[in-house]
Amino acid sequence: MNAKEIIARRAAQEVSNGDVVNLGIGLPTMVSNYINDDVVVTLQSENGILGMGGLAAEGRKDKDLVNAGGQHVSVQKGASLFDSAASFGIIRGGHVDLTMLGALQVDKEGTLASHIVPGKMVPGMGGAMDLVAGAKRVIVVTTHTAKGAAKLLDKVSLPPTAVNKVNRIITELAVIDVEEDGFKLVEISPDTTVEQVQELTGSPLKIDENLKIMNIA
Amino acid sequence: MDKIINIETAMSFIHDESVLMIGGFLSNGTPEHLMDAIVEKGYKDLTVIANDSGLNEKTGIGKLISAKLVKNLIASHIGTNPETGRQMSEGTLNVTLVPQGTLAEQVRAGGVGLGGILTPTGVGTEVAKGKNVIVIDGKEYLLEKPLKADVALIRGTFVDEAGNIYYDGTTKNFNPLMAQAADTVIAVAEKIVPTGEINPNHVMTPGIFVDYILEEE
Repeated sequence: MNAKEIIARRAAQEVSNGDVVNLGIGLPTMVSNYINDDVVVTLQSENGILGMGGLAAEGRKDKDLVNAGGQHVSVQKGASLFDSAASFGIIRGGHVDLTMLGALQVDKEGTLASHIVPGKMVPGMGGAMDLVAGAKRVIVVTTHTAKGAAKLLDKVSLPPTAVNKVNRIITELAVIDVEEDGFKLVEISPDTTVEQVQELTGSPLKIDENLKIMNIA
Repeated sequence: MDKIINIETAMSFIHDESVLMIGGFLSNGTPEHLMDAIVEKGYKDLTVIANDSGLNEKTGIGKLISAKLVKNLIASHIGTNPETGRQMSEGTLNVTLVPQGTLAEQVRAGGVGLGGILTPTGVGTEVAKGKNVIVIDGKEYLLEKPLKADVALIRGTFVDEAGNIYYDGTTKNFNPLMAQAADTVIAVAEKIVPTGEINPNHVMTPGIFVDYILEEE
């Protein structure tokens, strides 16, 4: 199992029955593939969908119905469609229970950098700033490091996307909560050690007294 | 008043340096037909207010960018169109990146007579630079000003001869908001229908906002 699948499988366990969830593009979207069948979830898409289904099958594509990545999707029974002000009213207004998104960097104060590398990558924040500002719970799903460099830091060096908003970080090695006094390691992959995770993390880890092994079945 | 016009008349409302609002989300719900006509006319130094700069350089607003007609772009996301990033790096295109929910509310404010909006999105980030921070009940908000345009170019699925619009799927996005916020509003219809054909319960943009209508070819 590759790192992304491990992360997506573990992250899927964060979704509770009845949650309204917004998943970022890329790895976060993969999470929906692993949500347990008996968990009823309403997926929100920032371009104006509540109750988004999976990608539309070939031959069943509605040319006017796409997700936030521009891909043709289906909608679930009971879905609703609306304009961008209503969509971000839902997002900013605290009506999204959980958002999962990727990160370039995240720090011990829960500050996230995900939208810009000045001079190199300037895609824009899209809906990420609103999502992180407004969702009840923010989970970052990311590989633990980028080309060996730590992504979990004392303080982000890239421009922040939102300040003090991240609640939990899920990587292929660990589940880490962001608490008042910094990172707390709450789960660890069976394939690594606390020392290794600490070495790859750019900020001190407190170890949860009930530290668990990540279950990625 | 007869609102139905041809493409030549539609173009007569646009000039070099016009400020345009263009509906759509990654080209979904963008009036492609008007994008082609603008490229043919070659209007220069346009200011474009839109969610993004097209799904790629060949669709939607991407066509205007590729033809180098845009001088200023106010958008939430440009990552799907690498040509926008290139022109931004070369210094030929000024890009102002705005959180998507903020952009939607700025356009809405422009159309509904509000002097601005207060949003928690962007507090503590580069978005906050130079803006008033207002504290309400102990929470910080940014004051974001309304946006208006000379001309709004929008797309509806069914538009009746009185200008009432019904949008299918996710094509609403910014279209109904922009319909309120420009001096001249031109709606392209997938199909123009006689007045009264759209059930008033299903009208998503009231016809009073729409000045001119034309049908997709």
